[in-house]
Amino acid sequence: MDMSGEYRLDLPRAQVWEALNDPDVLRACIPGCEELEQTSDTTMTAVVVQKIGPVKARFSGEVELVNIEAPSGYTIQGEGKGGVAGFAKGAADVRLVEDGDGTLLSYEARAQIGGKLAQLGSRLINSTAKKLANAFFENFRTHLSGRAGKSDA
Amino acid sequence: MSTGIGARVRRKEDRRFITGKGRYTDDIRNDNQAYAAFVRSPHAHAAVKGIDKAAAEAMEGVIAVLDGHQLTGDGIGNIITGWAITSRDGSPMNIGAWSALATDRVRYVGDAVAVVIAESPALARTAAEAVAVDYEPLAAVAQPVAALASGAPQVHDNVPGNLVFDWEIGDEARADAGLAAAAHVTEVEISNNRLAPNAIEPRSAIAIHDEAEDHYTLYTTSQNPHVARLVLSAFYNVAPEHKLRVIAPDVGGGFGSKIYIYPEEITCLWAAMKTGRSVKWTAERSEAFMTDAHGRDHVTRARMGFDKNGRITAFKVDTIANLGAYVSLFATATPTYLYGTLLSGQYDIPAIYGTVKAVNTNTVPVDAYRGAGRPEATYLIERTMDIAAREMGMDPAELRRINFIKAFPYQTQVLLNYDSGDFPALLDMAQKAADTAGFAQRKAEAAARGKLRGIGYSTFIEACGLAPSAAAGSLGAGVGLWESAEVRVNPVGTVEVLTGCHSHGQSHETTFAQLVSDRFGIPIENISIVHGDTDKVQFGMGTYGSRSGPVGMSAVMRALDKVEAKVRKIVAHQLEASEDDIEIVAGEARVAGTDRKMAWHEIGLAAYTAHNLPADMEPGLKEGAFFDPVNFSFPSGCFICEVEVDPETGVTEIVRFVSADDFGTIINPMVVEGQVHGGVTQGIGQALLEQVVYDESGQLLTGSYMDYCMPRADDVPSYAIAHGCTPSPNNPLGIKGCGEAGAIGAPPAVINAIADAIGTDDISMPATPQKVWEALHRARPAVAAE
Repeated sequence: MDMSGEYRLDLPRAQVWEALNDPDVLRACIPGCEELEQTSDTTMTAVVVQKIGPVKARFSGEVELVNIEAPSGYTIQGEGKGGVAGFAKGAADVRLVEDGDGTLLSYEARAQIGGKLAQLGSRLINSTAKKLANAFFENFRTHLSGRAGKSDA
Repeated sequence: MSTGIGARVRRKEDRRFITGKGRYTDDIRNDNQAYAAFVRSPHAHAAVKGIDKAAAEAMEGVIAVLDGHQLTGDGIGNIITGWAITSRDGSPMNIGAWSALATDRVRYVGDAVAVVIAESPALARTAAEAVAVDYEPLAAVAQPVAALASGAPQVHDNVPGNLVFDWEIGDEARADAGLAAAAHVTEVEISNNRLAPNAIEPRSAIAIHDEAEDHYTLYTTSQNPHVARLVLSAFYNVAPEHKLRVIAPDVGGGFGSKIYIYPEEITCLWAAMKTGRSVKWTAERSEAFMTDAHGRDHVTRARMGFDKNGRITAFKVDTIANLGAYVSLFATATPTYLYGTLLSGQYDIPAIYGTVKAVNTNTVPVDAYRGAGRPEATYLIERTMDIAAREMGMDPAELRRINFIKAFPYQTQVLLNYDSGDFPALLDMAQKAADTAGFAQRKAEAAARGKLRGIGYSTFIEACGLAPSAAAGSLGAGVGLWESAEVRVNPVGTVEVLTGCHSHGQSHETTFAQLVSDRFGIPIENISIVHGDTDKVQFGMGTYGSRSGPVGMSAVMRALDKVEAKVRKIVAHQLEASEDDIEIVAGEARVAGTDRKMAWHEIGLAAYTAHNLPADMEPGLKEGAFFDPVNFSFPSGCFICEVEVDPETGVTEIVRFVSADDFGTIINPMVVEGQVHGGVTQGIGQALLEQVVYDESGQLLTGSYMDYCMPRADDVPSYAIAHGCTPSPNNPLGIKGCGEAGAIGAPPAVINAIADAIGTDDISMPATPQKVWEALHRARPAVAAE
């Protein structure tokens, strides 16, 4: 399953880049994220609760940042194990391009699911993944605009 | 009312089933019952780097967490296949090892790596979730054609190119010559969609180990408990046969999927020994989708040649059969001796050559499913006939008629020797019942309503009554395929019939009793059928391949012959008459032309009191028999299906379905009609609705009824059923078998009707509305534009 999207953020690229590398921001913005701990400069462990169709599971996994080209983008990839629910793995290439005084964020993501998730949720995975991606970037935008507000004050 | 052969006797077993009193494996509970849950791979292919059981073992109520290294360490043997196939280059087949619990590598989604034994099913499942398995995912392959490509992921290291065998049948040079001489050659490429068996009762097992006697009991959902005991003893080393009792109580449907001895039964027996507890496991429906042996999954290219008059000159077939990750019990026989040998269909084909490449993939094992090989052969032949008829501008019924075999016995070019049949008569019968003469008018009337009406034929033959033991053995079978029976007349005259067949929907408790009622004229209530318990029945090969009638009932008939002979001797002795003058009618034995007679219960009592028996006669009235058929039986039929396709939506409605069958002698027409209804409905399911889908990475995408569509009542019409009868010359009843016919014959009838309706053969199974709509639009843009 592949998907892509584009968002405009009213913040300079450097600030967006900083936020994309901040575990606290990621924890706050990833839908269903219960834990996210940085384990090295480029790796994190995460626990995320997700419901896909009839399957609700707590995924624990590792997230890694690769292809880092500050401040214009990186690839974030991860794999989560959901016990008997199966597994999910995926990667997203995130690009940041300056757009006036704002930033254009675009992504191309690939995801794969396995086990019970695939057996019961395969029809729903595209729409669910799209929804989750949208939720993440909406959260991210909201989070950043909060910050922007603060810096203005 | 008669309760003999040919009577519509109501099913004796229905009272308990309809009132919810059936006793299935999961209904049975023992005092020290523990429950098993399996830890299964979510990956289609992965190396198992480690299993951390600590968290699960620490949970309260968990009795044990056992893995594959412990299982193989205890000497439990790998799972076997029962039929050895030789490749066309003379080499033996390549079989990858299959342990009941995987040790170093998992090869399909659902492959079990460990089992948790706990105090409740819920605890066992929760603990199974806590078992942490460290998998290293490997590249996987799920599609049979892709598995043969160079560089494809290797499912087993010792199966090069994933090729289990490359088998052939027939004469290639002759087939090539026939094709070269043909006036017309029809080429087809056909897939036979993969199916999940979906018995209403999921698989279940209860294993008990009696430490005092070192004796095991296994309750299980089996179609063949004696075969299960034999294999569990001889190959899996669970226990010697005399220390293992296998009971298959009421079983809710099998369709082939309950022939095999699966990892779960083996593991439960072993776990019962390890834990000292009675261990029970019942599959969830999700587990059934993942682990029950699937059916079909063939990809075939074929060429059929015709002379200028439409006579077939040759048929050449290349098939790739997906066997899944491991080679299951009958998996090698299904695409070879149950498929290649049927490639002549009902037709006089002078030259046939077929090859079958059987391949491993990272999917659940594929094995026999209702029809087993014969539906795949029938679909191929019958689609080819229709496509050829369309190409040559001939009437498909006429093309069939001119190619029918008309004289018997008939030796095909693919081993089988057909013993009987009357194919033109079945076609006539079906055409009359289907009112094919009025079809053009119905089509016009449908067109006026905006519907596309089509008609499709399927004229099919099966080889049933598995099987002559010597023939099976010469072709590689690991067992004989005779059947046994024992008839016990009790001192009060009631009768028990012990059979090695197993009833899991076939109505044996009624139809087997009809044989006794017919023979002695005693009430059917006084007759019990005993089956499904290795401690009660001496030995038997079970029920599959439409064998209970032709083989199982034949054994009963032989035992009845012996009982009758002894009854005659007893009565003749007691009434001081000649044996030849004794008539057995309506529960009495009388001396013909006199009023001297003995009631049935008096005969039983005389046999057991033994006060007045002939001098050389042993007391008692109990006889056994084994029956080994000299040939397969060959049921045949003609199905005619009429459909209406809605060009707006692509929805197909089956508006008429006629079955004209030749099952030989029919014991109970109502039961036979039920078998036809069920079989045809399964065939319609395959044609229109059902398909197991694995994605390219080997993930099962159809893991529930949300994504796997079974036929419902409103998907099928009211069936019209007619019977012809050419009795089988090879068994005492002349019976041919009826269990699989519907599933074998129906799919091509449906698809041929759709192809006729939409005017294109560019359609495959399952013919979903989307596929039909797309085919219609590809073929007839003008219609689509209307």
